[in-house]
Amino acid sequence: MKVLVAVKRVIDYNVKVRVKADNTGVETANVKMSMNPFDEIAVEEAIRLKEAGTAEEIVAVSMGPQQSQETLRTALAMGADRGILVKTDDELQPLAVAKLMKAVVDAEQPEIIILGKQAIDDDSNQTGQMLAALLGWPQATFASKVELADGKAKVTREVDGGLETIEINMPCIITTDLRLNEPRYASLPNIMKAKKKPIDEKSPEDFGVDTAPRLTTLKVEEPPKREAGVIVEDVAQLVDKLRNEAGVI
Amino acid sequence: MSVLVISEHDNAVLKDATLNVVTAAKALGDDIHVLVAGAGCAAVGEAAAKVDGVTKVLVADDAAYEYALAEPLADLIKGLAGDYSAVLAPATTSAKNVMPRVAAMLDVAQISDITEVVSEDTFVRPIYAGNAMATVQSSDGIKIITVRGTAFEKAATEGGSATVESIAAASDPGISSFVSRELSKSERPELTSARVIISGGRGMQSGDNFPMLERIADKLGAAVGASRAAVDAGFVPNDYQVGQTGKIVAPDLYVAVGISGAIQHLAGMKDSKVIVAINKDEEAPIFQVADFGLVADLFKAVPELEEELGKVGL
Repeated sequence: MKVLVAVKRVIDYNVKVRVKADNTGVETANVKMSMNPFDEIAVEEAIRLKEAGTAEEIVAVSMGPQQSQETLRTALAMGADRGILVKTDDELQPLAVAKLMKAVVDAEQPEIIILGKQAIDDDSNQTGQMLAALLGWPQATFASKVELADGKAKVTREVDGGLETIEINMPCIITTDLRLNEPRYASLPNIMKAKKKPIDEKSPEDFGVDTAPRLTTLKVEEPPKREAGVIVEDVAQLVDKLRNEAGVI
Repeated sequence: MSVLVISEHDNAVLKDATLNVVTAAKALGDDIHVLVAGAGCAAVGEAAAKVDGVTKVLVADDAAYEYALAEPLADLIKGLAGDYSAVLAPATTSAKNVMPRVAAMLDVAQISDITEVVSEDTFVRPIYAGNAMATVQSSDGIKIITVRGTAFEKAATEGGSATVESIAAASDPGISSFVSRELSKSERPELTSARVIISGGRGMQSGDNFPMLERIADKLGAAVGASRAAVDAGFVPNDYQVGQTGKIVAPDLYVAVGISGAIQHLAGMKDSKVIVAINKDEEAPIFQVADFGLVADLFKAVPELEEELGKVGL
């Protein structure tokens, strides 16, 4: 069985993001970039499927500028077998990514595609569901447990009120939530080995996909700042202020 | 043109999240229809018809929609969407699952988690965990939108007198099925609609210490939440999580206990009216957003808080 995982290069989650002075976006120059954390979980889940003997090959796919290759190398160092980079300097929105992914899927014919539930840059939470729609495949989003048997995936999902388990036919789409697994760190020998693993480079034109953005960003601004308040001396003063000053209890 | 709102419900009760979406929908048009797709969900349809501003309720009552599985539900919404300029749903796990599927079937973008309607094609939405706010303009004919509930008032549950129409189910692709649900049982209010929330973080040290917060919650009629660190450490289930990748809340009072205040957590609660932070580290970033900060050991301060609340009759 072949597994496809999607990995996105994003601003590292520890970086305090700053809005550009001209309000066209956020500052990305000289900012640490990393693999989207939910995508690390996707890669890890694929590796576990391979270690369990369920999957034979793991193909990692990334889309974006040349530097996205570094993100693919990270996936390869973790344990993916080969990479596909769909290279473009144009902005790719989730619908365009889903269309490009579909083209890759048509060529690769995987049985499972695992993606992060959302990227921590645009916070869209769309690509997996959109890809499922374009392929006509079932989807299990926000997964916290995945079991494969008899051509079906039984997936436990994180939902607002707790947990929900569904069963979907394969081939299928799974998007990861936090508790699905704890991604491994790539060891130094594996990082070295990953340098020799193949990465196939493509462009959106190779697939004949129109990637024109449907949403135009008019401006990006700082959110309203919240002023720091006061430090109270003790619990009694806190309760007094909440009752008599703020009137919230 | 008309606007369609996808309701959130459990087949018996219309969830409050729907009411915030109706308010957002009012900014896009005055002919607001609400879709109630479920099984045995007639009561929800009746409740939706009474919501102020709603003009028509479409009820699709079919076993295929009982658990809101994405595949049949997306097919149903896709079939209806052509009659509308916009389709809106709350940014709940249920709608976040279904709506992008609908958008892709219609070959349109989705505008996720909007906090403001600027005009019929322009919206504000948070990016980077709310550290930036993007104003985006859609060029698509049908706008598929999810709405951040905390950014819009709730529409009144009375005052509307919409017509209720039964609609046929779309065919079920039959590629997915429901197995089971384990919902957290709690007498306390839901996190996203609670007036008061008390949340614990890594500083709580163990899930065994959360009953301390629950006792305060019961005195204040509050919901109990947690930071991602507390969820990752296994103290509490994931549905407690407040933050970028959990729930977005904006209660009247948010009490953060043993939470340092990572940007991902602040993203989920910084629009609360009043924020209280209890943390022994005076350098913790949570104090930069707190209205009232208490630098103290939570294992001493929380029992004291319980006692002080008792003194004032709570």
